[in-house]
Amino acid sequence: MSKHFGGFSALSEVSLEVAAGERFGLIGPNGSGKTTLINCVSGALRNEAGSIVFRGEEISRLAAYQRTRRGIARSFQIPRPFHSMSVLENLVVPLGYVVGLNDTDAHAEAVRILKTIGLADKAQTPSNRLSQVELRKLELARAMAARPRLLISDEAMAGLAGNEVDEVLKILFDLNATGITIIMIEHIMQAVMRFSQRVICLDAGRIICEGAPAEIVKNPEVQKAYLGA
Amino acid sequence: MKFWIGMAVTVALAAGLALSRTNEYFFYAGFVVLQFVVLATAWNILGGYAGYVNFGTAAFFGIGAYTAVVLFKAAGAPLALQILAAAAISGLLGFGTGLLTLRLRGIFFSIATVAVIFIMETAMVNWRYVGGATGMQLLRPPVMEPFESYTRMLFVAMAILAVIAVSIARYIEVSWIGRGLRAIRDSEEAAECFGVPTLKLKLFACTVSGALMGAAGAAMPMYMSFIEPPSSFSLTYSVSALAMPMIGGTSHWLGPVIGAVLLGSVQQIVTVTISNEINVLVVGVLLVVFVVAAPDGVLGLLKKLRWLLRSSR
Repeated sequence: MSKHFGGFSALSEVSLEVAAGERFGLIGPNGSGKTTLINCVSGALRNEAGSIVFRGEEISRLAAYQRTRRGIARSFQIPRPFHSMSVLENLVVPLGYVVGLNDTDAHAEAVRILKTIGLADKAQTPSNRLSQVELRKLELARAMAARPRLLISDEAMAGLAGNEVDEVLKILFDLNATGITIIMIEHIMQAVMRFSQRVICLDAGRIICEGAPAEIVKNPEVQKAYLGA
Repeated sequence: MKFWIGMAVTVALAAGLALSRTNEYFFYAGFVVLQFVVLATAWNILGGYAGYVNFGTAAFFGIGAYTAVVLFKAAGAPLALQILAAAAISGLLGFGTGLLTLRLRGIFFSIATVAVIFIMETAMVNWRYVGGATGMQLLRPPVMEPFESYTRMLFVAMAILAVIAVSIARYIEVSWIGRGLRAIRDSEEAAECFGVPTLKLKLFACTVSGALMGAAGAAMPMYMSFIEPPSSFSLTYSVSALAMPMIGGTSHWLGPVIGAVLLGSVQQIVTVTISNEINVLVVGVLLVVFVVAAPDGVLGLLKKLRWLLRSSR
């Protein structure tokens, strides 16, 4: 697919495939098109050329909410909670709108998800009073509530301390173990390398390298564009 | 249940008053206050719940009024039919306006809604059938039993409309629609990504809001026995419909009601005791005071007060 903003081409003929159940890493310097790519996949932006196929269905003309209903969920790089709602209610939105649960079931399910992610004691807290780690966890919990087949995690660990990164990583590993495909965008290299089975490096809207994490870090182009060697 | 008893009591009270010997002026002023309850409640469905600030209230109100006039002139339609038709036409206008403008966000949406007022007003100015720029005098039909005067009947009709408007707003607020609208207000992008069909919900809110505004406008020509474009499409309606929920509180259906009763009554009192010009000033001053000192309105203040009382105990 391709995506232009005016004369600037953010993505030029990027083509990639992710297998069901895969842990897939997306790296690249700032402005390389990572977020644009997943915005196109999740439906926040429309790609101009090319196509996006999810589970055998062409989805590039569907609205974002329809894609979520087909199983694509994402977390936001800068957390965007529904700030007038409690933590619990934040989860009830996708549980109602995506999964189609009634209020009673949605509340029970939201509590269950909050327990697994370690936010149960914050269920009634207004989401605008959360700390940075808690906000990141809420982003993931809300994405889980949409019962995705594909979860796109956009820098879920940015700005977190070491043990907090481990915590979030564990959540993502656990989710993957239940069969959810995960695309991870991340600047924390140790995290991507540990997590991903396969990594793609983007630079200036093009894929410059693709392979297993160990190969990627040795690739001279990746070292030049991203790793600063 | 408590809510429905309250609503029934409101209608019964209005009807009781209208049949009693209360001074005629009470109904003359009460009609305007109730009309603002409808307008403020209608505005809040889109502006308060979804956070889309609509400046076009006057357009929907005016089109409602003109729909009533057309029906009255062409077929001598009774009041109830005028109101129903006005709601339908204004709802359609809301849907159309929404379709064209709801992809715009923030201030751009608001500016677009202002344009709707001018388009509608210009159209009416150039339509001879409804009196054009000079307006048109209307002869009230004989009043229905058991009412003593037409104003009393309009007062009761507006009370019923207010109850309907508040019930609809409350239903939307507590239902899944309300949760979706709040999600839109908090973060439209996140809402869309978590399954909320944002455009559909906004269109729905805009249509319902427009229909209720039009219904409120439909009773206006008979109330004044006159219609003309400038007063039907007056920006004062837009400003009041926005100021009242802001003053009362936008996150709860009670907010616009409190705001409308408070501001509407003050306006009526000021008009009688001081002057008609000052009453516009009152809206402005109160709006500024509340936006600065109590951005969550009267309801926000009450909430804070309750919280303080509880924590001091």
